[in-house]
Amino acid sequence: METVNATYSYVTNLEVMEMLQKIKSSKKKFGMRNLATVTYEALQYLEDSPCKNQTRESITNYLRDLRNYRLKPHEMLQMVNDPPTSPLHTQLLIDDNKAPLTDTENEKIIELTHTHFHNSGTTQQQHNS
Amino acid sequence: MFVLAELKDNVRIAPDQFHLKLVDAVRDELDRRLANKVLLNVGLCIALKEIVSLKDSIILPGDGASHTEVLFRYVVFRPMVGTVMTGKIRSCSREGVHVTLGFFDDILIPHAALQHPSRFDEAEQAWVWEYPLEDGSKHDLFMDIGEPIKFRVSREIFEETSPTGPPKAEGQSSQAASTSAAAAAASAAAQEVKSPYKIIGAINEAGLGVLSWWDQQNKEDDHDEELGEDNTEYENDEDGEGACEE
Repeated sequence: METVNATYSYVTNLEVMEMLQKIKSSKKKFGMRNLATVTYEALQYLEDSPCKNQTRESITNYLRDLRNYRLKPHEMLQMVNDPPTSPLHTQLLIDDNKAPLTDTENEKIIELTHTHFHNSGTTQQQHNS
Repeated sequence: MFVLAELKDNVRIAPDQFHLKLVDAVRDELDRRLANKVLLNVGLCIALKEIVSLKDSIILPGDGASHTEVLFRYVVFRPMVGTVMTGKIRSCSREGVHVTLGFFDDILIPHAALQHPSRFDEAEQAWVWEYPLEDGSKHDLFMDIGEPIKFRVSREIFEETSPTGPPKAEGQSSQAASTSAAAAAASAAAQEVKSPYKIIGAINEAGLGVLSWWDQQNKEDDHDEELGEDNTEYENDEDGEGACEE
């Protein structure tokens, strides 16, 4: 096996989840136990993660709105896979050593999460009440 | 957490699969070979995303099967160092906390990377964060099995693992005592499993660790320093009455 490029591109959790769901619904051949196992387990993990509420459009819109914040690509990928719901969470995902995020910017980012990805988490209800 | 890796390999299609379309047969063969396996310095292979190109299929002398060189892209689990992930606590041992993601188990948070200060409780076999409160006393936060935990990836370790061969037959079969000891040692060595891909994590940052530790933070708007923890009201409760009013 020759590795041409070990990191050809990054994929969001949503894309992996959709792909695995398609595989799960189609193939049931013999000898594919490993694929079935890893597909099932990975789906279990992904369907319990924020990407279950996401769609391609919501991610595109979210990234478009995030463009104002001069984020690096890997930070944006992390935010798509696990959208921040609190200021502490945002600070974990964004490395703000050079240009610290102000509180208002942090709040706006959290609002973007709620706008694009309608979490059914209690945090949203508490925030809005 | 996932990347697409571009790989190239030769795929052998046995004659009994010639009725399938080449693309499908190749796809199945690649999944059969790679799914749920770790490739050195690549990561844990999940599933085939797409076939980029196929070269001509050739038949080698002595073998009725066809051999095709394939260039393809595979979905691989390989979180970047520095990524923040959420998993579940699998177990605690003296070396640290073992975390699992369901499809990937070998994640360790060594005790040096736990929230400071932490201690290992022998009775519960669990690590405990001794959170220092303002009045000088400490509040114990247990890290129990099954709890969701957020951690940052600090290192990834790939190790070469070769297939374990048969246990080496010890030459000296004269002494009965030594052969049983030698056999035990050989089987112990054969059972020592090296994991090919290990992730070392860390939770020694604000916001990392068991999710419930920081949950309270979201419910209170202004208290930045307040630890998210349910029992703060009970810290002076010495009679153990909890929320009951007298």
